[in-house]
Amino acid sequence: MIYDHLVVRYGELSLKGKNRRHFESQLFETVKRKMRPFQGLNMSKHFDRIVIELNGQSYEPIVKSLQDIFGIHSISLAVRAENDLEAIQKAALIALNEAIEGKKTFKVTGKRSLKSFPVNSMQLNQEVGGYLLRNTEGLTVDVHNPDVNVKVEVKDTGTYISSKSFEGAGGLPIGVGGKAMLMLSGGIDSPVAGYLTMKRGVRIEGVHFHSPPFTSERAKQKVIDLTQELTRYSGGKIKLHVVPFTKIQQTIKDKIPSSYSMTIMRRVMLRITERLAENNHAMAIANGENLGQVASQTMHSMYAINEVTNMPILRPVITMDKLEIMNISHRIGTYDISIRPYEDCCTIFLPSAPKTKPKREKAIRFEKNIENLEELIEEAVNDVETLILEEGKSTDETFDDLL
Amino acid sequence: MIYLDNSATTKPYKEVLDTFVTVSEKYFANPSSLHSKGGEAEKLLGQARKSIAQLLEVASSEVVFNSGGTEGNNIAIKGIAFQHQNRGKHLITSSVEHASSHESFQYLESQGFEITYLPVDQDGLISLEDLERSIRPDTILVSLIHVNNETGTIQPIQEIGKILKEHPKIFFHVDNVQGVGKVDLPLKEWGIDLCTISAHKIHGLKGNGILFVKNGVSISSLFTGGEQELKKRAGTENVAGIVAMAKALRLILQESKEKKENLFEIKQFLIEELRSIDGIDINTSMKYSAPHIINFSVKGIKPEVLIHSLDKRDVYVSTRSACSSKQGGASRILLEMGLGENRASTAIRLSTSYGNSLKEAEKAIKVIKEELLNIKKVMR
Repeated sequence: MIYDHLVVRYGELSLKGKNRRHFESQLFETVKRKMRPFQGLNMSKHFDRIVIELNGQSYEPIVKSLQDIFGIHSISLAVRAENDLEAIQKAALIALNEAIEGKKTFKVTGKRSLKSFPVNSMQLNQEVGGYLLRNTEGLTVDVHNPDVNVKVEVKDTGTYISSKSFEGAGGLPIGVGGKAMLMLSGGIDSPVAGYLTMKRGVRIEGVHFHSPPFTSERAKQKVIDLTQELTRYSGGKIKLHVVPFTKIQQTIKDKIPSSYSMTIMRRVMLRITERLAENNHAMAIANGENLGQVASQTMHSMYAINEVTNMPILRPVITMDKLEIMNISHRIGTYDISIRPYEDCCTIFLPSAPKTKPKREKAIRFEKNIENLEELIEEAVNDVETLILEEGKSTDETFDDLL
Repeated sequence: MIYLDNSATTKPYKEVLDTFVTVSEKYFANPSSLHSKGGEAEKLLGQARKSIAQLLEVASSEVVFNSGGTEGNNIAIKGIAFQHQNRGKHLITSSVEHASSHESFQYLESQGFEITYLPVDQDGLISLEDLERSIRPDTILVSLIHVNNETGTIQPIQEIGKILKEHPKIFFHVDNVQGVGKVDLPLKEWGIDLCTISAHKIHGLKGNGILFVKNGVSISSLFTGGEQELKKRAGTENVAGIVAMAKALRLILQESKEKKENLFEIKQFLIEELRSIDGIDINTSMKYSAPHIINFSVKGIKPEVLIHSLDKRDVYVSTRSACSSKQGGASRILLEMGLGENRASTAIRLSTSYGNSLKEAEKAIKVIKEELLNIKKVMR
């Protein structure tokens, strides 16, 4: 492998005007953290890119890891050459040969940001392209749809030549968009919602409602494992708040007509999540709600439930089809965890016929049946168990000596 | 004791046995049980799966546990054949597969499948041209052994993977029972869809194996009756054996990093010494073989006789494959390599692992020489 550099290009950052510097340093921090397990890399931050010197490391696992980071548009394998036309031509030939196997057409995209370099971009295309044509056989130039695009970028730090690129995750660097509390049930949708929320640069903390003994340790573990998986995209850590919910669920069962129990339960969950958001300085709530998927997710339902909070509720998967959500879930590694078959608090007390068109007024009236609701909420919030999950750190150290 | 029958089975690592005992005592519950003890066992099973997946550089969902090499090969070959027979009934394999694959193919033949058995050369290698020529529109599977269990021959899996990349509809199964920890096989890079691994060849316990099934590859299951192992293999998981296997895999991969050169050195020594003995022919390819298997034939001496006389001196070797060693007669593999009836019926296999030393090899050669003399005296 002749590639000795990775060029990491930013996504939408170039549009961000004054915030740009902040965004860039956030992204650089995340990249540095993510690269910690790899030895011997050199990283440097530039105006529109991060350059990683591989120092002999193989690039595949590094690229794979970089593809988890939001705010990155693309990752290219690159050779660095001195700013000298002959050196550039030679390096370009090596890069092309690496990438061309079995393909037929190429083009050269030259870019000269170092204006003192005597060859301009147009000339660069011709000089390098011509050299490549002379020194290969059976290849032709196709400027519209080339099989391989040899990018040549002349910078003050040297010329970077790349012919192989990988798509980045897109989005904005984590940490530039504030923080949201993510309601995590253990299903397929909510982790995807968390992923998409983070994609816009938002940090998340998880909130899970746990009702032992009705819901099991395995259901809780499932949510812990989901959160652990999401740390890959979070820039390091995610806090997970586990709310003791048994007492409230039992009270709802006692005091609320079963057709409205689900509506009231969701209202209470929102109130608790809002309180946790305030306590943890978050400004929004995110969840995996999807229009029309289940009874709690009709528009009528959302209208009746949403009333209890003024906080913005982010619903990244609101309009998606189940298949679209599942595709993302496969891609981000949460699907296999989500399908573990344990009951969670949303399914265990589910009445046989929940109202799909609950009325707001009725919900308010029924809710009054629980006189000590504030107290119950207070208690649940106070007794929350908070776990901190960190990327790359297993929560199961107890088994290490067995494995 | 000088144990040179590691291709038949390896001695379990001490750490592996410790794990097996601990797990059997502490996490004995059925991982499918709903109570918390079941939950613990399931969690442990999940950790073992994850650990194995990481070691093999694949996804956890691609690791299917089963009872070992024979089952792995059966599930892979019959599983693909039955699942995809609507697309075609032609399968390709070689003539030098382990019995568990070979007989699976013979069975499929009796069920109306058409099998191409690729021939091999004197080194035991198939030819890539033969393979390419055999591919037809109705071919659904190519299944090959990576490291031959009798001779140690390594098939060109990487090149075959490249050829099959041009035929995305053909599944590629590799029997890697002998190769794990001895010869590298990057599953993802080389385009492998299914791969068989067995625990007791890597210092784990008998009765445990791994079948790698690439995500998206569907197979029909041979065992039904539960949702275990992603519905690909029903039956309560052998948690203790599986966790022990995860440990064995980790340990042997670590040993392989540190000590593979030793194996090569021992093999080199054994082959040179054996070659210098009158009447011995080396059947293992010098150029294309794994570091741990040495196969040779001794003119005019029944292999059983030599094995028993070495046995008395505390040196343990075998004839060809343990799985078919009791059948007697000539080795199918050596015959296929064109070595002739005589050589094929007088073959002895030495197989080493990381526990063996050069000193043991020296001692073994000394004993072999002495016993050969003794036997020859008696036989004359």
